[in-house]
Amino acid sequence: MDTNLTRNFLVLAARFLSGTSIRWIDSQPDTCQRVYFANHTSHLDSIVLWSALPPAVRLLTRPVAAQDYWTAGPVRRYLSSKVFHAILIDRKEVKVHRSPVQMMIREIGDRYSILVFPEGSRSDGSEIREFKSGLYYLCKKRPDLELIPVHIDNMNRILPRGEVLPVPLLSCITFGPPIWLEAGETKTEFLQRARNAVRRLKEA
Amino acid sequence: MVLDARTLGLLGGVLVLLAAAAGAVRFLKSRADSGLDVAVLDTLSHRVRAWFLLFLVLAAAFLLGPNATVAMFGLLAFWALREFITLTPTRPGDHRTLFWVFFLITPLQFVLVALDWYELYSILIPVFAFLLLPARIALAGDYKRFLERTAKIEAGLLICVYCLSFAPAMLMLPLPGGDPHAGTRLLLFFVLIAQLGDALQYAWAQLPSKHVIVPTINPHKTWEGLLGGAGTATLLGAALWWATPFGGHWWWMAGLMALVTTLMGFAGSLTMSAIKRDRGVKDYGTLVEGHGGVLDRIDSLCFAAPIFFLLTKFWLEW
Repeated sequence: MDTNLTRNFLVLAARFLSGTSIRWIDSQPDTCQRVYFANHTSHLDSIVLWSALPPAVRLLTRPVAAQDYWTAGPVRRYLSSKVFHAILIDRKEVKVHRSPVQMMIREIGDRYSILVFPEGSRSDGSEIREFKSGLYYLCKKRPDLELIPVHIDNMNRILPRGEVLPVPLLSCITFGPPIWLEAGETKTEFLQRARNAVRRLKEA
Repeated sequence: MVLDARTLGLLGGVLVLLAAAAGAVRFLKSRADSGLDVAVLDTLSHRVRAWFLLFLVLAAAFLLGPNATVAMFGLLAFWALREFITLTPTRPGDHRTLFWVFFLITPLQFVLVALDWYELYSILIPVFAFLLLPARIALAGDYKRFLERTAKIEAGLLICVYCLSFAPAMLMLPLPGGDPHAGTRLLLFFVLIAQLGDALQYAWAQLPSKHVIVPTINPHKTWEGLLGGAGTATLLGAALWWATPFGGHWWWMAGLMALVTTLMGFAGSLTMSAIKRDRGVKDYGTLVEGHGGVLDRIDSLCFAAPIFFLLTKFWLEW
């Protein structure tokens, strides 16, 4: 099947199903290398957030996703490898020389942006969980990357944890102003600041 | 379906008027010294655009035939229900019930309308759905605020789906005279009067002396707006008698129907305002930036449609 066609069809389906309205607050779409980091409440998050990007940016943006989920079955395998060009992370066995952060850095090179969910797994949507440290180590290695906080609203009601069939409510994706790792900032401080940046967009 | 001269005249007239209104708004906007409030002009240009879209889609649906028109109203109901449920807090236990609401009950209601199965579509939601939904929610095992959650989902279904489905049902009414386009014109007359009623109430409410009807719920709805709007809509409705089945010595009935439509439309917007007030939002469409939602535009249609339909049905059976 034509990948481009599949991609466009998926984008349209995702946009319709999630009724997403997209807001950029103090922020602009750009093809420069970025890390989009968002709260995570639904399996739909990756695809809907990826679909919310303008086409030129979308082609350069690769979701970081769980290997066990996205290699189960031929459909998910096709989608993750051919359509989204996802960077798949092995959650089960984290090896020293193949750490997720090193893998991301290698995969993005000097061209791609990535889309990550630093909470690690899906929350129930009421409160954003503490961020995992991967985001910090990534910035340590690549301080030039722009970090764009993203808040995904209402997706947990469209497809909550443990459900297979979606309910077509409306959702909202908010992109916020970029942040960077400050000189001398500790891991805890930085992760807290990043989490607050996402949380602030909820009220914006 | 090829439309006849009267239907085309009515439809064309509406589109020409809207085009003129759009031109006028654009002209006023381009003149900074017009002395008019910018916010009012913005609202006006949004509304004109929404109406233009509504009537263009309606015209296309009419040309494609009754099934397309029913389908179009079905999509409108689907979208309105999405907006309603999005702003209504439900719990994870309601998820599967909501799936049935969106993908079974809503389409089924409109399929029954298209089949003209009045005996069933007039009770599908208020009897069958209203009994089955609470049972399905109970099956999910979450009893927290049970009655409240059930009532919210049922209210959404009733207003957005059940009530709105009576609008395309007008196409199936056995109207006198054997004119195949009489139903199309009746529906067009209804949508036109409901939207005009909204617009006229808004226009009359701009008068300087203001007696707000319910300040806690909607500060823009005034007695001047309601009386002026309803009066003007009644006159316009009577003047459009030639487009309705209320011909001959029944011409005043067109005016009466316009009056009822405007009053029901007022009741609809007021009710929806109360719900929005409670949820702390201004528009159902706040999720879509810069636009009022679909439900904001059709709340008057939803409330007026079943009454308009039933009154016409009673009149036919008189």
